[in-house]
Amino acid sequence: MDLSSLTIGKIVQGLESKKFSGQEIIDGFLDNISKKEKKINAFISVFEKEAKEQAKTIDAMVSAKRKLPPLAGVPVAIKDNILVKGKRATAGSKILDNYIAPYDATVVKKLKEAGAIIVGKTNLDEFAMGASGEYSAYGPTKNPNDLEYAPGGSSSGSAAAVAANMCVGAFGSDTAGSVRQPASACGIVGMKPTYGAVSRYGLIAMASSLDQIGPLSKNTEDARILFDIIKGRDEMDSTSCEMGREYGATDKPIKDLVIGLPKECSGQGIQKEVRDVLEASIQKLKQSGIKFEILSLPHLGYGVACYYIITPAEVSSNLARYDGIRYGMSEPGDELLDTYVNTRAEYFGNEVKRRIMLGTYVLSAGYYDAYYLRAQKVRTKIVEDFKKAFEKVDLILAPTLPTLPFKLGDRLDDPLSMYLADLLTVPANLAGLPAISVPAGKSGNLPIGIQFIAPPFKEDLLFSAANYFENEITPRHS
Amino acid sequence: MIDLEQVKHIAGLARINFTEKELEGFQKDLSAILDYIDKLKEVDIENVSPTSHSVNLKNITRLDEAKSSSDELADELIKAAPHKKGRFVKVKPIF
Repeated sequence: MDLSSLTIGKIVQGLESKKFSGQEIIDGFLDNISKKEKKINAFISVFEKEAKEQAKTIDAMVSAKRKLPPLAGVPVAIKDNILVKGKRATAGSKILDNYIAPYDATVVKKLKEAGAIIVGKTNLDEFAMGASGEYSAYGPTKNPNDLEYAPGGSSSGSAAAVAANMCVGAFGSDTAGSVRQPASACGIVGMKPTYGAVSRYGLIAMASSLDQIGPLSKNTEDARILFDIIKGRDEMDSTSCEMGREYGATDKPIKDLVIGLPKECSGQGIQKEVRDVLEASIQKLKQSGIKFEILSLPHLGYGVACYYIITPAEVSSNLARYDGIRYGMSEPGDELLDTYVNTRAEYFGNEVKRRIMLGTYVLSAGYYDAYYLRAQKVRTKIVEDFKKAFEKVDLILAPTLPTLPFKLGDRLDDPLSMYLADLLTVPANLAGLPAISVPAGKSGNLPIGIQFIAPPFKEDLLFSAANYFENEITPRHS
Repeated sequence: MIDLEQVKHIAGLARINFTEKELEGFQKDLSAILDYIDKLKEVDIENVSPTSHSVNLKNITRLDEAKSSSDELADELIKAAPHKKGRFVKVKPIF
């Protein structure tokens, strides 16, 4: 069976028309996992037995001519910082090495109800902190396009698993680009919804004012289907809300769109190969009648600096819960305090410690105004830059990564250079905007992605434009 | 460059034990990151309010009702604790 051409639509259609069985589908993907996983290391857990049983249930539904749910028999993978009841959830950290999720995250509950088959939990940078997957305590994930390269991060395993046909779709969390960025590096689609569009109940928190769960898939249509299943208000997450409107109906025809090109996203600091692919994409879109406007987001360049105050601050507070008392690993000492300090020293990795230290510093007495408050004010300037831009344009187009994917090990010893991989993705998180990365070209065998960014809750427009780009401009998967 | 004493103080607040060598490493890393972050001082933030919510949603409220979870879930949660006695989570004496 040719797994690479299977999309969600094709699987559900094929099951209904009995072109193949649910068991054949799942066996195909599980075989592929057992063949490739040793090399790629995309998964922390694989649920072979349950996946096969679920496929049998789907086949029984087909035989009984019952109506199939929207994701019937579709193999998906879940980032290991999202809870699946009764399964281990490590978040890529040794401190949760023995942690078994006591409940399903809301997105997981929705996926199960929709008939999706969860094939496994994917590798990630520890607590989703990183841009290469190399900060995982469970070994780095390799980029399926070239095993010497990092797959991007922090949703490294989710992106690699989709790119290597180990599942049809996957889920990640995007705090500064952690879905879009690995999607771009692996040559697939990755989408970050508007802040509040998807419930985060059951997502292990990193930076709560930025975290969003989003889908990774082979094409835009699949990302749209997956988003449609997981979106919406959930009473277990008071930051979640209804979308207000359904997508499918766009405001205006694609050809009447005006797309903004921030000059900050195509000049200095952007590698030539990336600029070339962006330029070629723009030229093709222009030929189809779409209009472009050069604009300025003057505070964009401050995004990473803002992020590396706000995120560590929220990290230092969110990760205070790992104290060796209630769950996870524990390294007891003579007194209560010793248990805290020993447990955290023993089981947190370096990058996590670095961010906790930085966050503790910027929030400590006397520094709050100079760092945290200032960063939240600069963040307001970034939000305003986007608001002004969207008065003139419908969408914004930019590269996803400022450079080509980098080699494993290249940025490990230099935290700042790792942080700068987020340069073009972090602004959408700071402003709460939806964004989608789609493959736009290659340099050798290294994929290059571009991202569309839309105003809040305009996911409909985002998917329409990305879908148009994918099908009319860069035909790949039929 | 932030001084080593300050790094030690922060480590205490962060509740993490470090070796002297690790503390020196953080001194270097944190100083480099703080230098980079300093570029925020270039931005004029006079009369700008800090962001409290990126997309300005309205407050979502609900009735303050107590809901009880199943005993089964409570057992699961207690089971997750590294040290326990019966249905209690066990900790070192606080006083």
